[in-house]
Amino acid sequence: MTRTIFFKNQPRIVGTSSVAGPKECAGSIKEYIQTKLENDDYGEKSFEKAESRMLYTAIKNSIINAKRKEDEIDAIVAGDLLNQITSSTFATRNFSVAYLGVYNACATFTEALTVGAMLVDGKYMNNVVCATSSHFASAERQYRYPLELGCTRPPQSQWTVTGAGSCVLSANGTGPKITCATIGKIVDYGVTDANNMGAAMAPAAADTILRHFKDTGLSPSDYDLIASGDLGALGSRILKDLVWEKGVNLEKRHVDCGELVYNLIESEFQGGSGAGCSSLVFSSYLYTKMKEKKIKRLLLVATGALLSSTSSQQGESIPGIAHAVSMEV
Amino acid sequence: MKTSENCINRNYLNYVKSVCPKTKEKRSLFRAFLVGGIICSIGQAIRLIFESLLGLAGDELAAYVSMVMIFLGAFLTGLGVYDRIGKFAGGGSIVPITGFANSVVSPAMEFKTEGYVYGVASKMFIIAGPIIVFGVASSVLVGILYFIGYRIF
Repeated sequence: MTRTIFFKNQPRIVGTSSVAGPKECAGSIKEYIQTKLENDDYGEKSFEKAESRMLYTAIKNSIINAKRKEDEIDAIVAGDLLNQITSSTFATRNFSVAYLGVYNACATFTEALTVGAMLVDGKYMNNVVCATSSHFASAERQYRYPLELGCTRPPQSQWTVTGAGSCVLSANGTGPKITCATIGKIVDYGVTDANNMGAAMAPAAADTILRHFKDTGLSPSDYDLIASGDLGALGSRILKDLVWEKGVNLEKRHVDCGELVYNLIESEFQGGSGAGCSSLVFSSYLYTKMKEKKIKRLLLVATGALLSSTSSQQGESIPGIAHAVSMEV
Repeated sequence: MKTSENCINRNYLNYVKSVCPKTKEKRSLFRAFLVGGIICSIGQAIRLIFESLLGLAGDELAAYVSMVMIFLGAFLTGLGVYDRIGKFAGGGSIVPITGFANSVVSPAMEFKTEGYVYGVASKMFIIAGPIIVFGVASSVLVGILYFIGYRIF
């Protein structure tokens, strides 16, 4: 059974772009974000439209940053959290480019990267855009409560990131190379608390990371950084415990994009989450650091909780997934 | 087929329970008591004012006070203040009648983007709906019990 794909031609990430809301722009990665929004609604009538426009802006700017023209782009692989991934569809409606919509909840970004890297590595296509987005307000109304409802959040909850990130993979050019990718499997340990997504996703992240090291023969010390997507503070702790049980120590190498994105203050509790979380942090902070060669080898493990509001109302547990993409400069 | 029943990994769930941060109960209770108390004191003050100024009494007085409190809850929701009070107070601002107003007005505002019929009107009671259903159902039940009790004794 193969779950790790080794890319022989090693597609390169030639350009990225990020868009983020005011709360994210006040966080710890603010200086790396390209488009900083002053309002959550981005001048649109609804938050769904705003999210779509954020994704559109990120895709457009990433193509410009990669010094490509729109007609040189062969495909866009994109996804988001909303029902029927409408943000991605409406964002790509403005481009006359082949489109693949992908969904793996918050793990969508690495799924998109894996699919994009396969297209480029197989020499089917030259330039592929991989992008994801999420929006706090649109996710909140789909999964939880109206914004103005005066309810409290439990301490294990996370805060959906308002942000979009996009990157251009290319067969030629300069930038970090994608060397391999480990595709995750669904791991479900029976967590039913929809507020505790860190605990639901951590076993999937542990499974993918352990499988990645087994398939590649690498160890955590081979990476400068192992970045999980949006496990949050609690999920990260669980992940470290789970892999430690199997004799792998992530302590020194691990960082969580969800923990990184905000200056953790109380209202976000465990940190950021959402499909836009890992793509925003990667497209801004991590990509810049890779370009500067501060991070030479990166394992990006975006994690997703594959629940719907219907499935949790029916008492189903939360299936987790994590896809890992390995990059180096 | 795997279902939620046979997925359960007891050891893991117990472990998660042990590392999960706990709600600070004493703090939450204190805040709820404080804010809930303030809201009820305001209600009581309005009641006293109406009683002495307008000379109202009984059911009529209660209805007037409720109307003012519901208005205040709805108004503060519209201003975007009530959710901040709720974040601080927890149950303290949910339980009084102002919380009920908040639970009706907030979805009405939220779903305005889907139009007045399918948005505002149909989503208005997504949170308050169950409260009304169980409120009416339990009042019917109590009414029946009262009726039977009255006949027997």
